[in-house]
Amino acid sequence: MNAIIVSALLGVVMMFSGILLKNKSSLKYIAIGGLLLLLIANLFQTYGVYTVVVNSHELLRFQKFGLFFNSIAISATLIYVILSGRDIEHAGNYPAEYFALIFFVLCGVSILCGFNSLLMLFLGIEILSIPLYILTGSDKRNLKSNEASLKYFLMGAFTAGIMLMGIALIYGATGSFGIVSPSIITTPTGGTAVPKASYLEIAGVLLLFVAMCFKVSAAPFHFWTPDVYDGAPSVFTSFMATIVKAAGFFAFIRLLEGQSAILGPTWKILLSFVIIATLLIGNITAVFQQSVKRMLAYSSIAQAGFMLFALYSANDISKEGILLYAAAYSLATIGIFAVLIKMKDYTLDGFNGLAKTEPVLALTTTICLLSLSGIPLTAGFFAKYYMLASVVKTGTGLWLVIVAVLFAAVSVYYYFRVIQAMYFREGVAETTEITAGFKAGMVFVAGLIILIGVLPSLLLNYFYF
Amino acid sequence: MIPLLLILIPLLSGLAIFLLKDSPASKALALVSSLATLVLSLMAVFTKGALTYDAAWLPGLGSRFSLLQDGMSKMLSLLTAISFPVVFAATYKNVYQRSSAFYGLMLLTQAGLLGVFLASDALLFYFFWELALIPVYFLCSIWGGEKRIAVTFKFFVYTFIGSLLMLVGLLYVYSQTADHSFAMQSFYHANLSAHAQNAVFALFFIAFAIKMPIFPFHTWQPDAYEQSPTAVTMILSGVMVKMGIFAVIRWLLPMVPQGFHAHSMLVVLLSVTGMIYASLIAIRQDDIKRLIAYSSIAHIGLMCAAIFVQNQIGLEGVMIQMFNHGINVIGLWIVADVIEQQLGTRKFSDLGGLAQKAPVLAILFVIMALANVALPLTNAFVGEFLMFNGLFQFNGWIAAVAGISIILAAVYTLNMIQKIFYGNTVEKTLQAVEVSGNVQWVLSILVLIVLVMGVYPQPMIELTKDTVSAIFANR
Repeated sequence: MNAIIVSALLGVVMMFSGILLKNKSSLKYIAIGGLLLLLIANLFQTYGVYTVVVNSHELLRFQKFGLFFNSIAISATLIYVILSGRDIEHAGNYPAEYFALIFFVLCGVSILCGFNSLLMLFLGIEILSIPLYILTGSDKRNLKSNEASLKYFLMGAFTAGIMLMGIALIYGATGSFGIVSPSIITTPTGGTAVPKASYLEIAGVLLLFVAMCFKVSAAPFHFWTPDVYDGAPSVFTSFMATIVKAAGFFAFIRLLEGQSAILGPTWKILLSFVIIATLLIGNITAVFQQSVKRMLAYSSIAQAGFMLFALYSANDISKEGILLYAAAYSLATIGIFAVLIKMKDYTLDGFNGLAKTEPVLALTTTICLLSLSGIPLTAGFFAKYYMLASVVKTGTGLWLVIVAVLFAAVSVYYYFRVIQAMYFREGVAETTEITAGFKAGMVFVAGLIILIGVLPSLLLNYFYF
Repeated sequence: MIPLLLILIPLLSGLAIFLLKDSPASKALALVSSLATLVLSLMAVFTKGALTYDAAWLPGLGSRFSLLQDGMSKMLSLLTAISFPVVFAATYKNVYQRSSAFYGLMLLTQAGLLGVFLASDALLFYFFWELALIPVYFLCSIWGGEKRIAVTFKFFVYTFIGSLLMLVGLLYVYSQTADHSFAMQSFYHANLSAHAQNAVFALFFIAFAIKMPIFPFHTWQPDAYEQSPTAVTMILSGVMVKMGIFAVIRWLLPMVPQGFHAHSMLVVLLSVTGMIYASLIAIRQDDIKRLIAYSSIAHIGLMCAAIFVQNQIGLEGVMIQMFNHGINVIGLWIVADVIEQQLGTRKFSDLGGLAQKAPVLAILFVIMALANVALPLTNAFVGEFLMFNGLFQFNGWIAAVAGISIILAAVYTLNMIQKIFYGNTVEKTLQAVEVSGNVQWVLSILVLIVLVMGVYPQPMIELTKDTVSAIFANR
């Protein structure tokens, strides 16, 4: 609750500071201060300290898992603003509003971390999405940005309709907005059984599934992703592809945990189809991209395929895993995007020879890329490790794991092309001015990736506190 | 403590060298660091019994930072520790751009290799397995030959696919261990059905077979050896291929004995096919590096076959040969490097009569080359004899076919000696001069090892006896 209230207030504060402040460059520091405040407020709640007690009548229920995820999301945003704050200011004419919208998105994330009712899920998703439509179109004079924004809005609105339809059907069938369907009963042996799921309810759950697949850009509902990510100003793509997407996954898992049993054994078959399609489309298409930005868009689809494993296995390991995955993936992607924004040329050739001109950036980007490809000693390895281990633990789906690792090998191909461009190819990579502070930030991100990669227990022990 | 230091010294000095900008200092520091590692590994060899180190690492996952240095690990860490100073000393005059990065990456490779040979925790083993690969990828891609980027990438993707399959295997075995632990003993006693053993065998063996490499997974190897800078090729073929053989003995054989047994005939046949195939190709090569690369495939094939015949004598042969092959092949690469650095070519057709210009080099090279053919009194003879003996006990016919490779080895090796060193001098070799002192010293040391181990191999057999008998005690 703390985080929801504080983030909404901070959004308003940011808007007014845009009117009251003449000096635009101090906005970044206000935002950083606000994020720290938000993080502290969320941590307070994690340890049972509330600023305001609101009785939400069980519409919201905060558990450690959700609050911990929220802390990760806020910390990732903090790192994102520290690294790319300057570029957010230059993305368009209204920097204060952009920061305000980012805080509103975080408000949506906070709701998604604690929703306990399908209505709150819908509200959370919408609060999260609407600011994004605006951010996508913030480069007002750029046609591609306009196109992306319109496309995203139309598709998003359509999906909102599908989601509402699903919720309505479920409500019609069960008379409840609860995220755990009353049709599911626990058997004496501890398993679950569904004696009387109606077709209405099954249809409702399927529609919800489709809507959530859209939000996390899982195939075959991924078509908006490359265009939107490519068209949006790069700084906002970074935010969308990491924090927002991870929050979508969190909501997906929380929702389907209580609903998937309705679909019976079909559920795993359906999900494995989606996982394989996502991995296939994301990885194979990324191989052919010449623009690093577009490659990262497809790579985010591919990474979503891996995150879907958390849904497939739905056990303790997968819960830890999705936290680790969200942290590892967000860190690495934010790092790469922060560098990408500084590049004058977004194509692969634009990275040629970066190791000579900016060795620190090249090294830190390499660490981020290694993490995305899942090489040991980086956070990305343990993220993938947990996902695979959770599936192996279920005892079924070993074939799915093997398919997934083969695609992980494919992903190495396109991630390493960037490394090859930076280190092994001749050229002069042109960048905008790189400050010492930015380099320090990148080194910090890379250091964090390696730290989590060597000792993931640092992050996860905290989870069990 | 020694096992931990063996990893830490190259790791930390490797990272430190990165920070140096000055090139002579980085060279010297790399040499000093590798000599320190050599001293430590010699201390380990002369310590009785297995050395261990154990510390908490990932309690939630059941993985510990535990190292074990038994006979086989001692032998392989000694090989690693000898190789690096030898490589550094022999290529001391080579000039590399960004030399601090070069030597830093080399030492990181050494840390990874030593970690692989010492780890007794499966997850830790996997970590080091990858850690050894990443620096090599950069070494070959930055300092390699003309086609380096594509070739090294092929090498990387090949081995990475293998590693990932191994990771799936690791996870599966882990899920079947009684105490949910990655410890070596838990893996040995994992509860695996016959069906599961076959699956796990396949997942692991592909990773190891790519690394060795075994026919038909070998296609990355000749290109990678040819395009890599020679200092790296020495490490690749002298030490890194032993990772695959080591891993089969350390992990695969005790972990899935039934799966191992079920596939032994298949693997032996593949290995022997690879031996003959690689030897035949080696005969047709016109490039020193490619010839040694194919010859290396043939030798590794024999070692792999000798493991899969599953008898004690074969395994003893493998133990000795792992060490000796490393020494011999590094010696050959050093000569190849000298010729390339001095004359700018590696083609036999451009060379001839070098013995007249560089008699010392010729003598040293001939001894190394004869050791490569496994002539009696050279080190490789003992190992090959034991391995063929083991193969013969397994199946006489296969042993007979494999024996043809000895003849073929003599054909291509003697052909190489003849074309490079004897005959009339040609245009290129006219300006050739005797090699510098450091190379002569290094080669002399290697030749000494070749002869001593050829005449008196008993200490090496004794050293690795505990590993061999532990494996056969369990069955």
